[in-house]
Amino acid sequence: MTKLTDLTIAEAREGLRDKSFSARELTQAHLAAIETANEALNAYVLPTPERALEMAKASDARLKKGEGGTLEGIPLGIKDLFCTKGFRTTACSHILDGFTPTYESTVTANLWAEGAVMLGKLNNDEFAMGSSNETSYYGPVINPWQRRGSNAKLVPGGSSGGSSAAVAARLCMGATATDTGGSIRQPAAVTGTVGIKPTYGRCSRWGIVAFASSLDQAGPIARTVEDAAILLQVMASHDPKDTTSVDMKVPDYEAAVGKGVKGLTIGIPKEYRVPGMAPEIEALWQKGVEWLKDAGAKIKEVSLPHTKYALPSYYIVAPAEASSNLARYDGVRYGLREKGSDVTSMYENTRAAGFGQEVKRRILIGTYVLSAGYYDAYYLKAQKVRTLIKRDFDSAFEEVDAILTPTTPGPAFALGEKSGDPVEMYLNDIFTVTVNMAGLPGMSVPAGLSSEGTPLGLQLIGKPFDEETLFRVGRVIEAAAGPLAKPHDWWSKAA
Amino acid sequence: MSVDRATVRRIARLARLAITEEEAGRLEQELSGILDWVAQLDEIDTSAVEPMTRVAAMTMKKRKDEVTDGFCAADILKNAPQVDDGYFVVPKVVE
Repeated sequence: MTKLTDLTIAEAREGLRDKSFSARELTQAHLAAIETANEALNAYVLPTPERALEMAKASDARLKKGEGGTLEGIPLGIKDLFCTKGFRTTACSHILDGFTPTYESTVTANLWAEGAVMLGKLNNDEFAMGSSNETSYYGPVINPWQRRGSNAKLVPGGSSGGSSAAVAARLCMGATATDTGGSIRQPAAVTGTVGIKPTYGRCSRWGIVAFASSLDQAGPIARTVEDAAILLQVMASHDPKDTTSVDMKVPDYEAAVGKGVKGLTIGIPKEYRVPGMAPEIEALWQKGVEWLKDAGAKIKEVSLPHTKYALPSYYIVAPAEASSNLARYDGVRYGLREKGSDVTSMYENTRAAGFGQEVKRRILIGTYVLSAGYYDAYYLKAQKVRTLIKRDFDSAFEEVDAILTPTTPGPAFALGEKSGDPVEMYLNDIFTVTVNMAGLPGMSVPAGLSSEGTPLGLQLIGKPFDEETLFRVGRVIEAAAGPLAKPHDWWSKAA
Repeated sequence: MSVDRATVRRIARLARLAITEEEAGRLEQELSGILDWVAQLDEIDTSAVEPMTRVAAMTMKKRKDEVTDGFCAADILKNAPQVDDGYFVVPKVVE
Protein backbone atom coordinates (compact mmCIF):
# COMPACT_ATOMS: atom_id res chain seq x y z
CA MET A 1 0.00 0.00 0.00
CA THR A 2 1.14 3.54 -0.72
CA LYS A 3 2.39 5.33 2.37
CA LEU A 4 -0.28 7.67 3.72
CA THR A 5 2.08 10.61 3.42
CA ASP A 6 2.57 9.93 -0.32
CA LEU A 7 -1.12 10.29 -1.14
CA THR A 8 -2.41 13.35 -2.93
CA ILE A 9 -5.19 15.35 -1.31
CA ALA A 10 -7.63 14.01 -3.91
CA GLU A 11 -6.64 10.41 -3.09
CA ALA A 12 -6.70 10.99 0.66
CA ARG A 13 -10.21 12.43 0.49
CA GLU A 14 -11.40 9.23 -1.17
CA GLY A 15 -9.59 7.07 1.36
CA LEU A 16 -11.18 8.97 4.22
CA ARG A 17 -14.67 8.71 2.72
CA ASP A 18 -14.21 4.97 2.01
CA LYS A 19 -12.92 4.51 5.57
CA SER A 20 -9.69 2.94 4.24
CA PHE A 21 -8.00 4.92 7.00
CA SER A 22 -9.03 7.52 9.56
CA ALA A 23 -8.20 11.21 9.76
CA ARG A 24 -6.33 10.37 12.94
CA GLU A 25 -4.12 7.83 11.14
CA LEU A 26 -3.48 10.27 8.30
CA THR A 27 -2.55 13.04 10.73
CA GLN A 28 -0.39 10.74 12.84
CA ALA A 29 1.55 9.61 9.76
CA HIS A 30 2.37 13.24 8.99
CA LEU A 31 3.23 14.10 12.59
CA ALA A 32 5.64 11.13 12.66
CA ALA A 33 7.23 12.34 9.42
CA ILE A 34 7.67 15.85 10.86
CA GLU A 35 9.20 14.40 14.02
CA THR A 36 11.91 12.55 12.09
CA ALA A 37 12.54 15.18 9.41
CA ASN A 38 12.27 18.59 10.95
CA GLU A 39 15.68 18.64 12.59
CA ALA A 40 17.32 18.28 9.17
CA LEU A 41 14.92 20.37 7.05
CA ASN A 42 13.75 23.04 9.55
CA ALA A 43 10.51 23.41 7.58
CA TYR A 44 8.28 23.82 10.65
CA VAL A 45 8.95 26.57 13.17
CA LEU A 46 6.08 25.43 15.36
CA PRO A 47 4.63 21.94 14.99
CA THR A 48 1.18 21.78 16.65
CA PRO A 49 0.65 18.02 17.16
CA GLU A 50 -1.94 18.29 19.95
CA ARG A 51 -4.09 20.68 17.96
CA ALA A 52 -3.70 18.46 14.88
CA LEU A 53 -4.89 15.35 16.72
CA GLU A 54 -7.81 17.24 18.24
CA MET A 55 -8.88 18.48 14.80
CA ALA A 56 -8.41 15.02 13.27
CA LYS A 57 -10.60 13.50 15.99
CA ALA A 58 -13.35 15.99 15.21
CA SER A 59 -12.96 15.20 11.49
CA ASP A 60 -13.34 11.48 12.17
CA ALA A 61 -16.53 12.15 14.13
CA ARG A 62 -17.96 14.16 11.22
CA LEU A 63 -16.84 11.62 8.62
CA LYS A 64 -18.44 8.82 10.65
CA LYS A 65 -21.77 10.61 10.40
CA GLY A 66 -21.29 10.97 6.65
CA GLU A 67 -20.69 14.70 7.07
CA GLY A 68 -17.58 16.75 6.52
CA GLY A 69 -16.26 19.60 4.41
CA THR A 70 -14.24 19.72 1.21
CA LEU A 71 -10.98 19.23 3.12
CA GLU A 72 -12.26 17.08 5.97
CA GLY A 73 -9.33 15.41 7.74
CA ILE A 74 -6.66 16.72 5.34
CA PRO A 75 -3.48 17.70 7.24
CA LEU A 76 -1.94 20.99 6.09
CA GLY A 77 0.98 23.20 7.03
CA ILE A 78 0.45 26.94 7.53
CA LYS A 79 3.02 29.56 6.60
CA ASP A 80 3.97 31.60 9.67
CA LEU A 81 2.63 34.74 7.99
CA PHE A 82 -0.98 33.64 8.64
CA CYS A 83 -2.37 34.57 12.05
CA THR A 84 -3.60 31.49 13.87
CA LYS A 85 -5.67 32.07 16.98
CA GLY A 86 -3.86 30.81 20.06
CA PHE A 87 -0.76 29.72 18.11
CA ARG A 88 2.42 31.75 17.87
CA THR A 89 2.68 33.76 14.65
CA THR A 90 5.89 35.68 14.08
CA ALA A 91 6.40 36.01 10.30
CA CYS A 92 9.72 34.40 11.35
CA SER A 93 10.91 37.72 12.75
CA HIS A 94 12.49 38.29 16.16
CA ILE A 95 10.42 41.46 16.49
CA LEU A 96 7.21 39.43 16.80
CA ASP A 97 8.69 37.21 19.53
CA GLY A 98 5.96 35.21 21.21
CA PHE A 99 3.10 36.99 19.40
CA THR A 100 0.02 34.83 19.84
CA PRO A 101 -2.93 36.15 17.83
CA THR A 102 -6.35 36.43 19.40
CA TYR A 103 -7.91 36.10 15.95
CA GLU A 104 -7.68 33.83 12.91
CA SER A 105 -6.80 34.88 9.34
CA THR A 106 -9.69 34.59 6.89
CA VAL A 107 -7.81 32.15 4.64
CA THR A 108 -7.02 29.72 7.47
CA ALA A 109 -10.52 30.13 8.94
CA ASN A 110 -11.87 29.07 5.51
CA LEU A 111 -9.66 25.94 5.62
CA TRP A 112 -10.73 24.95 9.13
CA ALA A 113 -14.40 25.52 8.27
CA GLU A 114 -14.00 22.88 5.55
CA GLY A 115 -12.42 20.39 7.96
CA ALA A 116 -8.68 20.78 7.29
CA VAL A 117 -6.23 19.82 10.06
CA MET A 118 -3.38 22.13 11.13
CA LEU A 119 -0.04 20.32 11.51
CA GLY A 120 1.89 23.44 12.46
CA LYS A 121 3.42 26.74 11.37
CA LEU A 122 5.91 26.74 8.52
CA ASN A 123 9.17 28.62 8.19
CA ASN A 124 9.54 31.55 5.76
CA ASP A 125 11.90 34.41 4.99
CA GLU A 126 11.52 37.12 7.65
CA PHE A 127 8.34 39.06 6.79
CA ALA A 128 8.39 37.14 3.48
CA MET A 129 11.39 39.17 2.31
CA GLY A 130 13.72 36.82 0.51
CA SER A 131 14.05 34.26 -2.26
CA SER A 132 15.90 31.52 -0.39
CA ASN A 133 14.41 31.28 3.11
CA GLU A 134 17.80 32.29 4.50
CA THR A 135 16.51 35.46 6.20
CA SER A 136 14.27 33.65 8.73
CA TYR A 137 14.99 34.36 12.40
CA TYR A 138 14.54 30.61 12.93
CA GLY A 139 17.30 29.70 10.48
CA PRO A 140 17.22 28.50 6.87
CA VAL A 141 15.03 25.72 5.51
CA ILE A 142 16.82 22.99 3.59
CA ASN A 143 15.48 21.77 0.24
CA PRO A 144 14.76 18.02 0.34
CA TRP A 145 16.22 17.84 -3.19
CA GLN A 146 19.99 17.52 -3.61
CA ARG A 147 22.20 17.72 -6.66
CA ARG A 148 23.04 14.36 -8.20
CA GLY A 149 26.10 12.96 -6.46
CA SER A 150 26.34 15.79 -3.94
CA ASN A 151 25.08 16.34 -0.43
CA ALA A 152 25.48 20.13 -0.54
CA LYS A 153 22.55 21.80 1.17
CA LEU A 154 20.29 23.62 -1.28
CA VAL A 155 17.76 26.36 -0.57
CA PRO A 156 14.03 25.57 -1.00
CA GLY A 157 13.33 28.98 -2.54
CA GLY A 158 11.56 31.76 -0.72
CA SER A 159 9.85 33.30 0.85
CA SER A 160 7.51 30.29 1.25
CA GLY A 161 10.46 27.92 1.69
CA GLY A 162 8.96 26.05 4.65
CA SER A 163 5.81 25.47 2.63
CA SER A 164 7.63 24.20 -0.47
CA ALA A 165 10.05 21.98 1.47
CA ALA A 166 7.31 20.50 3.68
CA VAL A 167 5.11 19.65 0.68
CA ALA A 168 8.02 18.16 -1.29
CA ALA A 169 9.26 16.11 1.69
CA ARG A 170 5.75 14.78 2.49
CA LEU A 171 5.55 16.61 5.82
CA CYS A 172 2.04 17.84 4.90
CA MET A 173 -0.40 17.23 2.05
CA GLY A 174 -0.48 20.89 1.07
CA ALA A 175 0.44 24.24 2.54
CA THR A 176 -0.64 27.83 2.58
CA ALA A 177 1.83 30.34 1.17
CA THR A 178 1.94 33.98 0.15
CA ASP A 179 3.38 35.67 -2.93
CA THR A 180 4.45 39.31 -3.18
CA GLY A 181 7.07 38.99 -5.93
CA GLY A 182 7.25 35.26 -6.57
CA SER A 183 7.20 33.76 -3.07
CA ILE A 184 4.79 30.95 -3.99
CA ARG A 185 5.93 30.18 -7.53
CA GLN A 186 9.71 30.34 -7.13
CA PRO A 187 9.86 27.97 -4.12
CA ALA A 188 7.38 25.64 -5.84
CA ALA A 189 9.59 25.56 -8.95
CA VAL A 190 12.79 24.64 -7.11
CA THR A 191 11.14 21.89 -5.02
CA GLY A 192 9.13 20.18 -7.78
CA THR A 193 5.77 21.28 -6.39
CA VAL A 194 2.78 23.19 -7.77
CA GLY A 195 2.15 26.73 -6.54
CA ILE A 196 -0.48 29.22 -7.60
CA LYS A 197 -0.72 32.90 -6.79
CA PRO A 198 -4.29 33.86 -7.63
CA THR A 199 -5.40 37.23 -8.94
CA TYR A 200 -4.94 40.09 -6.46
CA GLY A 201 -8.21 40.24 -4.53
CA ARG A 202 -9.14 36.58 -4.91
CA CYS A 203 -8.03 35.66 -1.37
CA SER A 204 -8.58 37.85 1.64
CA ARG A 205 -5.45 39.40 3.11
CA TRP A 206 -7.12 39.81 6.50
CA GLY A 207 -4.99 38.30 9.26
CA ILE A 208 -1.93 37.81 7.04
CA VAL A 209 1.12 39.71 8.27
CA ALA A 210 1.40 42.54 5.73
CA PHE A 211 4.52 43.02 3.59
CA ALA A 212 3.51 45.08 0.51
CA SER A 213 -0.24 45.47 0.56
CA SER A 214 -0.78 46.24 -3.15
CA LEU A 215 1.13 43.08 -4.15
CA ASP A 216 0.55 40.45 -1.41
CA GLN A 217 -1.69 37.49 -2.23
CA ALA A 218 -2.19 34.13 -0.54
CA GLY A 219 -2.25 30.85 -2.42
CA PRO A 220 -1.51 27.14 -1.99
CA ILE A 221 1.52 24.93 -2.61
CA ALA A 222 0.65 21.30 -3.30
CA ARG A 223 2.02 18.23 -5.09
CA THR A 224 -0.44 18.19 -8.00
CA VAL A 225 -2.38 20.73 -10.04
CA GLU A 226 -5.62 19.09 -8.89
CA ASP A 227 -4.62 19.44 -5.22
CA ALA A 228 -3.74 23.11 -5.76
CA ALA A 229 -7.21 23.61 -7.28
CA ILE A 230 -8.89 21.90 -4.33
CA LEU A 231 -7.01 24.12 -1.86
CA LEU A 232 -7.49 27.41 -3.69
CA GLN A 233 -11.20 26.68 -3.98
CA VAL A 234 -11.43 26.81 -0.19
CA MET A 235 -8.87 29.56 0.46
CA ALA A 236 -10.47 32.07 -1.93
CA SER A 237 -13.44 34.10 -0.73
CA HIS A 238 -14.92 37.54 -0.62
CA ASP A 239 -14.24 39.06 2.76
CA PRO A 240 -15.80 42.32 3.95
CA LYS A 241 -12.81 42.69 6.31
CA ASP A 242 -10.48 43.21 3.30
CA THR A 243 -11.77 45.95 1.01
CA THR A 244 -9.44 44.77 -1.76
CA SER A 245 -10.95 41.29 -1.80
CA VAL A 246 -13.34 40.97 -4.72
CA ASP A 247 -17.02 40.30 -4.46
CA MET A 248 -17.05 37.60 -7.13
CA LYS A 249 -18.15 34.00 -7.07
CA VAL A 250 -15.23 31.56 -6.76
CA PRO A 251 -15.45 29.29 -9.83
CA ASP A 252 -15.27 25.50 -9.62
CA TYR A 253 -11.50 25.13 -9.97
CA GLU A 254 -11.57 21.37 -9.53
CA ALA A 255 -13.89 21.03 -12.50
CA ALA A 256 -11.54 23.15 -14.63
CA VAL A 257 -8.52 20.88 -14.07
CA GLY A 258 -9.37 18.19 -16.61
CA LYS A 259 -10.72 20.36 -19.40
CA GLY A 260 -7.62 20.27 -21.62
CA VAL A 261 -6.21 23.00 -23.82
CA LYS A 262 -7.93 22.39 -27.17
CA GLY A 263 -8.95 25.71 -28.62
CA LEU A 264 -6.73 27.75 -26.31
CA THR A 265 -4.01 30.06 -27.55
CA ILE A 266 -0.89 30.28 -25.42
CA GLY A 267 1.39 33.29 -25.62
CA ILE A 268 5.19 33.15 -25.55
CA PRO A 269 6.62 36.54 -24.55
CA LYS A 270 9.80 37.25 -26.47
CA GLU A 271 11.12 39.61 -23.79
CA TYR A 272 11.44 36.70 -21.35
CA ARG A 273 14.29 35.34 -23.47
CA VAL A 274 16.73 37.29 -21.31
CA PRO A 275 20.39 37.66 -22.21
CA GLY A 276 22.48 34.91 -20.68
CA MET A 277 19.49 32.62 -20.16
CA ALA A 278 20.65 29.12 -19.20
CA PRO A 279 20.31 26.78 -22.20
CA GLU A 280 18.51 24.17 -20.10
CA ILE A 281 15.86 26.74 -19.09
CA GLU A 282 15.40 27.72 -22.73
CA ALA A 283 15.11 24.02 -23.67
CA LEU A 284 12.55 23.35 -20.93
CA TRP A 285 10.48 26.30 -22.08
CA GLN A 286 10.55 24.95 -25.65
CA LYS A 287 9.50 21.54 -24.36
CA GLY A 288 6.52 23.22 -22.68
CA VAL A 289 5.57 24.79 -26.00
CA GLU A 290 5.70 21.38 -27.72
CA TRP A 291 3.62 19.72 -25.01
CA LEU A 292 0.89 22.31 -25.33
CA LYS A 293 0.95 22.14 -29.13
CA ASP A 294 0.63 18.36 -28.97
CA ALA A 295 -2.35 18.73 -26.65
CA GLY A 296 -4.13 20.95 -29.18
CA ALA A 297 -3.25 24.49 -28.10
CA LYS A 298 -2.21 27.20 -30.53
CA ILE A 299 1.04 29.00 -29.77
CA LYS A 300 1.60 32.67 -30.49
CA GLU A 301 4.52 34.98 -29.81
CA VAL A 302 3.52 38.03 -27.79
CA SER A 303 5.38 41.12 -26.71
CA LEU A 304 5.57 42.51 -23.17
CA PRO A 305 7.96 45.40 -23.83
CA HIS A 306 8.14 46.73 -20.26
CA THR A 307 9.21 43.42 -18.74
CA LYS A 308 12.74 44.59 -17.89
CA TYR A 309 11.36 47.43 -15.77
CA ALA A 310 9.22 45.19 -13.56
CA LEU A 311 11.95 44.20 -11.14
CA PRO A 312 13.40 47.69 -10.53
CA SER A 313 9.93 49.18 -10.08
CA TYR A 314 9.03 46.32 -7.75
CA TYR A 315 12.06 47.21 -5.62
CA ILE A 316 10.55 50.65 -5.14
CA VAL A 317 6.92 49.69 -4.56
CA ALA A 318 7.54 46.71 -2.27
CA PRO A 319 10.04 48.37 0.12
CA ALA A 320 7.96 51.57 0.20
CA GLU A 321 4.85 49.70 1.27
CA ALA A 322 6.89 47.50 3.61
CA SER A 323 8.45 50.49 5.38
CA SER A 324 4.96 51.81 5.98
CA ASN A 325 3.46 48.45 7.07
CA LEU A 326 6.39 47.64 9.36
CA ALA A 327 6.17 50.97 11.16
CA ARG A 328 3.71 49.27 13.51
CA TYR A 329 6.48 47.22 15.16
CA ASP A 330 7.47 49.67 17.85
CA GLY A 331 7.73 47.56 20.99
CA VAL A 332 4.49 48.93 22.41
CA ARG A 333 1.62 46.69 21.38
CA TYR A 334 3.19 43.30 20.71
CA GLY A 335 6.41 41.37 20.40
CA LEU A 336 9.88 42.41 21.38
CA ARG A 337 10.78 45.49 23.42
CA GLU A 338 14.31 46.73 24.08
CA LYS A 339 15.02 49.38 26.70
CA GLY A 340 15.83 52.96 25.76
CA SER A 341 16.48 56.20 27.59
CA ASP A 342 13.32 57.73 26.11
CA VAL A 343 10.47 56.56 23.93
CA THR A 344 12.32 57.25 20.64
CA SER A 345 15.39 55.31 21.67
CA MET A 346 13.11 52.50 22.88
CA TYR A 347 11.64 52.36 19.34
CA GLU A 348 15.06 52.56 17.71
CA ASN A 349 16.63 49.90 19.90
CA THR A 350 13.64 47.56 19.60
CA ARG A 351 13.61 47.82 15.82
CA ALA A 352 17.39 47.48 15.59
CA ALA A 353 17.33 44.29 17.65
CA GLY A 354 14.12 42.90 16.19
CA PHE A 355 14.60 43.19 12.42
CA GLY A 356 17.14 41.22 10.40
CA GLN A 357 19.52 42.68 7.80
CA GLU A 358 17.31 42.21 4.73
CA VAL A 359 14.26 43.69 6.44
CA LYS A 360 16.28 46.70 7.63
CA ARG A 361 17.64 47.23 4.14
CA ARG A 362 14.13 47.28 2.69
CA ILE A 363 12.72 49.52 5.42
CA LEU A 364 15.50 52.01 4.70
CA ILE A 365 15.03 51.89 0.92
CA GLY A 366 11.29 52.33 1.44
CA THR A 367 11.77 55.20 3.85
CA TYR A 368 14.17 56.87 1.41
CA VAL A 369 11.87 56.62 -1.63
CA LEU A 370 8.91 57.91 0.36
CA SER A 371 10.81 60.72 2.07
CA ALA A 372 10.05 64.36 1.36
CA GLY A 373 10.86 65.36 -2.21
CA TYR A 374 11.35 61.81 -3.52
CA TYR A 375 7.77 60.47 -3.68
CA ASP A 376 7.14 61.54 -7.30
CA ALA A 377 10.54 60.44 -8.55
CA TYR A 378 10.28 56.95 -7.07
CA TYR A 379 6.95 55.62 -5.78
CA LEU A 380 4.70 57.51 -8.19
CA LYS A 381 7.04 56.73 -11.09
CA ALA A 382 7.02 53.03 -10.18
CA GLN A 383 3.21 52.98 -9.97
CA LYS A 384 3.11 54.53 -13.46
CA VAL A 385 5.46 51.84 -14.72
CA ARG A 386 3.00 49.33 -13.27
CA THR A 387 0.32 50.79 -15.51
CA LEU A 388 2.60 50.21 -18.51
CA ILE A 389 3.32 46.63 -17.42
CA LYS A 390 -0.41 46.02 -16.98
CA ARG A 391 -1.13 47.50 -20.44
CA ASP A 392 1.42 45.13 -21.99
CA PHE A 393 -0.50 42.21 -20.51
CA ASP A 394 -3.89 43.67 -21.47
CA SER A 395 -2.89 43.83 -25.13
CA ALA A 396 -1.28 40.38 -25.05
CA PHE A 397 -4.47 38.93 -23.58
CA GLU A 398 -6.45 40.28 -26.52
CA GLU A 399 -4.69 37.61 -28.57
CA VAL A 400 -3.96 34.78 -26.14
CA ASP A 401 -5.67 32.96 -23.25
CA ALA A 402 -2.59 32.40 -21.10
CA ILE A 403 1.14 33.02 -21.21
CA LEU A 404 3.90 30.43 -20.75
CA THR A 405 7.33 31.34 -19.31
CA PRO A 406 10.02 29.71 -17.18
CA THR A 407 9.39 30.22 -13.44
CA THR A 408 12.99 30.83 -12.40
CA PRO A 409 16.28 31.64 -14.13
CA GLY A 410 17.80 28.43 -12.74
CA PRO A 411 17.41 25.50 -10.34
CA ALA A 412 17.84 25.59 -6.54
CA PHE A 413 21.13 27.14 -5.48
CA ALA A 414 23.25 26.27 -2.47
CA LEU A 415 22.94 27.90 0.94
CA GLY A 416 25.00 31.08 1.08
CA GLU A 417 25.63 31.05 -2.68
CA LYS A 418 23.69 34.26 -3.41
CA SER A 419 23.47 36.05 -0.10
CA GLY A 420 26.41 38.39 -0.78
CA ASP A 421 24.77 40.83 -3.20
CA PRO A 422 21.14 41.90 -2.63
CA VAL A 423 20.53 42.71 -6.31
CA GLU A 424 21.79 39.27 -7.40
CA MET A 425 19.31 37.66 -5.00
CA TYR A 426 16.50 39.91 -6.30
CA LEU A 427 17.13 38.66 -9.86
CA ASN A 428 15.64 35.30 -8.87
CA ASP A 429 12.23 36.92 -9.18
CA ILE A 430 12.79 38.25 -12.70
CA PHE A 431 10.10 36.05 -14.31
CA THR A 432 7.59 36.09 -11.46
CA VAL A 433 7.51 39.71 -10.32
CA THR A 434 5.71 41.13 -13.40
CA VAL A 435 2.68 39.07 -12.43
CA ASN A 436 2.43 40.73 -9.01
CA MET A 437 2.98 44.18 -10.49
CA ALA A 438 0.00 43.61 -12.82
CA GLY A 439 -2.04 41.78 -10.15
CA LEU A 440 -2.53 38.74 -12.40
CA PRO A 441 -2.80 35.06 -11.49
CA GLY A 442 0.35 32.98 -11.97
CA MET A 443 1.12 29.32 -11.42
CA SER A 444 4.31 27.25 -11.38
CA VAL A 445 4.13 23.62 -12.49
CA PRO A 446 7.00 21.12 -12.23
CA ALA A 447 8.26 20.44 -15.74
CA GLY A 448 11.45 18.43 -15.39
CA LEU A 449 14.86 18.15 -13.81
CA SER A 450 17.94 20.29 -14.35
CA SER A 451 21.29 18.86 -15.43
CA GLU A 452 22.04 18.77 -11.69
CA GLY A 453 19.04 16.49 -11.07
CA THR A 454 16.98 19.13 -9.27
CA PRO A 455 13.50 20.37 -10.23
CA LEU A 456 12.60 23.15 -12.65
CA GLY A 457 9.21 24.72 -13.19
CA LEU A 458 7.25 26.45 -15.92
CA GLN A 459 5.07 29.43 -15.15
CA LEU A 460 1.63 30.16 -16.53
CA ILE A 461 0.19 33.66 -16.39
CA GLY A 462 -3.54 34.23 -16.75
CA LYS A 463 -6.07 36.97 -17.30
CA PRO A 464 -7.44 38.67 -14.19
CA PHE A 465 -9.67 36.25 -12.25
CA ASP A 466 -9.10 33.47 -14.78
CA GLU A 467 -7.33 30.94 -12.57
CA GLU A 468 -9.41 28.24 -14.28
CA THR A 469 -7.40 28.47 -17.50
CA LEU A 470 -4.19 28.13 -15.48
CA PHE A 471 -5.48 24.91 -13.92
CA ARG A 472 -6.44 23.56 -17.37
CA VAL A 473 -3.08 24.37 -18.93
CA GLY A 474 -1.14 23.42 -15.80
CA ARG A 475 -2.67 19.96 -15.76
CA VAL A 476 -1.63 19.39 -19.38
CA ILE A 477 1.98 20.34 -18.61
CA GLU A 478 1.97 18.19 -15.48
CA ALA A 479 0.69 15.18 -17.43
CA ALA A 480 3.14 15.68 -20.30
CA ALA A 481 6.12 16.13 -17.98
CA GLY A 482 5.14 12.99 -16.06
CA PRO A 483 5.60 12.59 -12.32
CA LEU A 484 8.96 13.78 -11.01
CA ALA A 485 10.92 11.21 -9.08
CA LYS A 486 10.54 11.71 -5.33
CA PRO A 487 13.57 13.32 -3.69
CA HIS A 488 15.69 10.62 -2.07
CA ASP A 489 15.05 10.63 1.69
CA TRP A 490 18.34 11.70 3.31
CA TRP A 491 16.65 13.76 6.00
CA SER A 492 14.77 11.30 8.21
CA LYS A 493 16.38 10.35 11.49
CA ALA A 494 16.60 6.60 12.05
CA ALA A 495 13.46 5.60 13.96
CA MET B 1 27.08 56.90 -5.22
CA SER B 2 23.41 57.83 -4.68
CA VAL B 3 23.40 58.06 -0.90
CA ASP B 4 26.08 59.26 1.47
CA ARG B 5 26.67 58.40 5.10
CA ALA B 6 24.70 61.41 6.40
CA THR B 7 21.67 60.41 4.31
CA VAL B 8 21.82 56.86 5.64
CA ARG B 9 21.82 58.25 9.18
CA ARG B 10 18.92 60.61 8.43
CA ILE B 11 16.84 57.84 6.85
CA ALA B 12 17.58 55.46 9.71
CA ARG B 13 16.41 58.13 12.12
CA LEU B 14 13.19 58.61 10.13
CA ALA B 15 12.65 54.83 10.14
CA ARG B 16 13.37 54.65 13.88
CA LEU B 17 16.20 52.16 13.38
CA ALA B 18 19.33 52.41 15.51
CA ILE B 19 22.33 51.59 13.32
CA THR B 20 26.00 51.16 14.20
CA GLU B 21 28.81 52.94 12.36
CA GLU B 22 29.76 49.61 10.73
CA GLU B 23 26.17 49.07 9.55
CA ALA B 24 25.95 52.63 8.23
CA GLY B 25 29.02 52.01 6.07
CA ARG B 26 27.64 48.77 4.65
CA LEU B 27 24.17 50.27 4.09
CA GLU B 28 25.69 53.23 2.25
CA GLN B 29 27.10 50.77 -0.32
CA GLU B 30 24.00 48.56 -0.49
CA LEU B 31 21.41 51.31 -0.71
CA SER B 32 23.45 53.12 -3.36
CA GLY B 33 23.72 49.88 -5.33
CA ILE B 34 19.97 49.32 -5.22
CA LEU B 35 19.12 52.94 -6.06
CA ASP B 36 21.60 53.02 -8.97
CA TRP B 37 19.97 49.84 -10.26
CA VAL B 38 16.40 51.23 -10.05
CA ALA B 39 17.56 54.42 -11.82
CA GLN B 40 17.05 52.57 -15.14
CA LEU B 41 13.39 53.54 -14.81
CA ASP B 42 14.44 57.04 -15.89
CA GLU B 43 14.63 55.63 -19.44
CA ILE B 44 10.84 55.48 -19.62
CA ASP B 45 8.74 58.56 -20.28
CA THR B 46 5.76 58.29 -17.94
CA SER B 47 4.62 61.90 -18.18
CA ALA B 48 1.31 60.89 -19.81
CA VAL B 49 0.71 57.74 -17.75
CA GLU B 50 -1.66 57.42 -14.81
CA PRO B 51 -0.37 55.48 -11.80
CA MET B 52 -1.89 52.02 -11.40
CA THR B 53 -4.46 51.80 -8.64
CA ARG B 54 -6.18 48.47 -9.14
CA VAL B 55 -6.15 45.25 -11.17
CA ALA B 56 -9.76 45.23 -12.28
CA ALA B 57 -12.15 48.15 -12.38
CA MET B 58 -13.97 48.09 -9.09
CA THR B 59 -15.82 50.83 -7.26
CA MET B 60 -14.56 51.32 -3.77
CA LYS B 61 -16.60 49.34 -1.32
CA LYS B 62 -18.15 51.20 1.55
CA ARG B 63 -19.72 49.59 4.55
CA LYS B 64 -22.46 50.99 6.74
CA ASP B 65 -21.18 53.38 9.35
CA GLU B 66 -21.85 51.03 12.21
CA VAL B 67 -19.79 49.70 15.09
CA THR B 68 -18.98 46.09 14.19
CA ASP B 69 -16.12 45.34 16.51
CA GLY B 70 -14.66 46.39 19.84
CA PHE B 71 -15.06 45.77 23.54
CA CYS B 72 -12.07 43.44 23.52
CA ALA B 73 -9.47 45.43 25.45
CA ALA B 74 -8.06 42.29 27.06
CA ASP B 75 -7.42 40.75 23.60
CA ILE B 76 -5.74 43.93 22.41
CA LEU B 77 -3.46 44.11 25.44
CA LYS B 78 -2.73 40.40 25.55
CA ASN B 79 0.51 40.53 23.54
CA ALA B 80 1.87 43.83 24.85
CA PRO B 81 5.34 43.78 26.44
CA GLN B 82 4.18 45.99 29.34
CA VAL B 83 0.66 46.88 30.49
CA ASP B 84 -0.84 48.43 33.57
CA ASP B 85 -4.50 48.69 34.50
CA GLY B 86 -5.80 48.43 30.94
CA TYR B 87 -3.11 50.67 29.42
CA PHE B 88 0.02 50.12 27.31
CA VAL B 89 3.05 51.30 29.24
CA VAL B 90 5.80 53.25 27.41
CA PRO B 91 8.82 55.23 28.64
CA LYS B 92 7.94 58.72 29.85
CA VAL B 93 6.94 60.94 26.88
CA VAL B 94 5.99 64.23 28.55
CA GLU B 95 8.37 65.98 30.94
